[in-house]
Amino acid sequence: MLVRKSYKEIKNFMINFGPQHPAAHGVLRLILELQGETVLKAEPHIGLLHRGTEKLIEYKTYNQALPYMDRLDYVSMMAKEHVYCLAVENLLKCEVPLRAQYIRVLFLELTRILNHLLAVCCHALDVGAMTPFFWGFEEREKLMEFYERVCGARMHAAYIRPGGVVYDLPMGLLEDIYKFILQFRFRLNEIDELLTNNRIWKQRLVNIGVVTRDQAYDWGFTGVMLRGSGVAWDLRKTSPYEIYNQIDFKVPVGVNGDCYDRYLIRMEEMRESLGIMLYCINNMPQGFVKVDDRKISPPSRAMMKYSMESLIHHFKLFSEGYSIPAGETYVAAEAPKGEFGVYLKSDGTNRPYRCRLKAPGFLHLQGLDMMAKQHMLADVVTIIGTQDIVFGEVDR
Amino acid sequence: MELYKNILNLSKLFRLGVNSYILNNDLITINIKKEYLKLFLKFLKNHYNTRMVQLLDIWGTDFPGKKYRFEVNYLLLSIKYNVRILIKVGVAEDDTLVSITDIFSSAGWLEREVWDMYGVYFSGHKDLRRILTDYGFEGFPLRKDFPLSGFVEVRYDDGEKRVVQEPIEITQEFRYFYFLSPWEHKKIN
Repeated sequence: MLVRKSYKEIKNFMINFGPQHPAAHGVLRLILELQGETVLKAEPHIGLLHRGTEKLIEYKTYNQALPYMDRLDYVSMMAKEHVYCLAVENLLKCEVPLRAQYIRVLFLELTRILNHLLAVCCHALDVGAMTPFFWGFEEREKLMEFYERVCGARMHAAYIRPGGVVYDLPMGLLEDIYKFILQFRFRLNEIDELLTNNRIWKQRLVNIGVVTRDQAYDWGFTGVMLRGSGVAWDLRKTSPYEIYNQIDFKVPVGVNGDCYDRYLIRMEEMRESLGIMLYCINNMPQGFVKVDDRKISPPSRAMMKYSMESLIHHFKLFSEGYSIPAGETYVAAEAPKGEFGVYLKSDGTNRPYRCRLKAPGFLHLQGLDMMAKQHMLADVVTIIGTQDIVFGEVDR
Repeated sequence: MELYKNILNLSKLFRLGVNSYILNNDLITINIKKEYLKLFLKFLKNHYNTRMVQLLDIWGTDFPGKKYRFEVNYLLLSIKYNVRILIKVGVAEDDTLVSITDIFSSAGWLEREVWDMYGVYFSGHKDLRRILTDYGFEGFPLRKDFPLSGFVEVRYDDGEKRVVQEPIEITQEFRYFYFLSPWEHKKIN
């Protein structure tokens, strides 16, 4: 009699996560290999938001390329355009007026709060705490109103331009930002009270996604992801740009390198940002807000009404743009998510020959597999949240 | 400054491999031969006087018509000395580069992106697939001879109930305004 052997081949379970999953922070598609509920391998498929920014910029003049920067990381807009402006200024060898530097730093830190609020609150939402999201987004709305008052756009500002900023601050804005700072400390404390000692929040975050210092180096992590692992590395301190070397602020550093440490760092950075903003408001100097060079920055509207030369300058700037002497530069700054860098190569014409955007999120997402290995499926969501991924900059 | 000297000394050690080096703002740019790339990077990563522990970025640049058509740039950062180095390697169109994923894990996706955008092949890379472009994409979009508008467009076909790709159809031709002044840019024309 024939005995039939019955056996089953055990295969690991493959699951498709995204690209339309609310916890995927955009259009992340993950192929997860599971054994039970344990993740063996997480393979991100990216590029669903690829718009070819680097290619497009090669066909634009230096001024026209600027608004693409806002669309890269659409929760920390000014941080990105600022780095691009630094790169162009570096090639042009142009000095930015002091008042413009103060305005830039003020809005850079405002942007940092804008970004970290989304990072922390959306992270909480992914993990299951809904209330911080509503509270945080009310504050974000106020910050976006400041954006709107200063440049007319809530998100895609195009406010920081090569040579300075495009408009001076409107009347009463500094006062309102001051009022915001005063009350925002309490809003932060409220979110703090909800999360920091929350039992569920700690169960979901402590010892999840641990990154050691050497792993962070090896995978090219920057920003909060690096500081969470105990490396005191902040470009605002180590290679200061604008007026950061005059300002006294602290760089919070993690100990364990887990998601909880990174959450604490983000909260602390927001508090430090408030201090920097206060410094800028208290010491805001008078003067020009853009460099007084008609070959780089356009003349005022009033001048154009009666000066023929101003009109010509304006026309030439917005049609031909300005030519940059041949050369190359790499400029990096501490964006809220990490080191954002712009490499510009100029061939002496009015368009960049090559513009490379070094996005921090790209390398962080690459490390997802390393971080999520041997974790539970639900922890993948936590890790995506802590990495603070935004697809605009990952896919470019 | 100490480190700059150190690196220049190291470059002399590798004088067979190093084509040129310049100090540009606070970025050291070293142009090396591709055979020495891996050795040099390993050396920079581990040597006590450099400690370039982070590979931050890899990107390509296209120079059509040159002997080494592609220039692949490696950006290294030393946390200890607070210095960045840009390493450039020239690659001919039909040539390959050696992958450095076993030295820096972060090189994995970055090399995939260079392959995706420029078609520079990295030998020894375990998983060299396209990364940013669509599934089934053809061509290398960041090459200078790749048109800005691309070759295909996608739309949802209601009859077939799926997204289909078709050759691109543009009613108005792409207009590339050439604004350069003939007086200031003589050598470009």
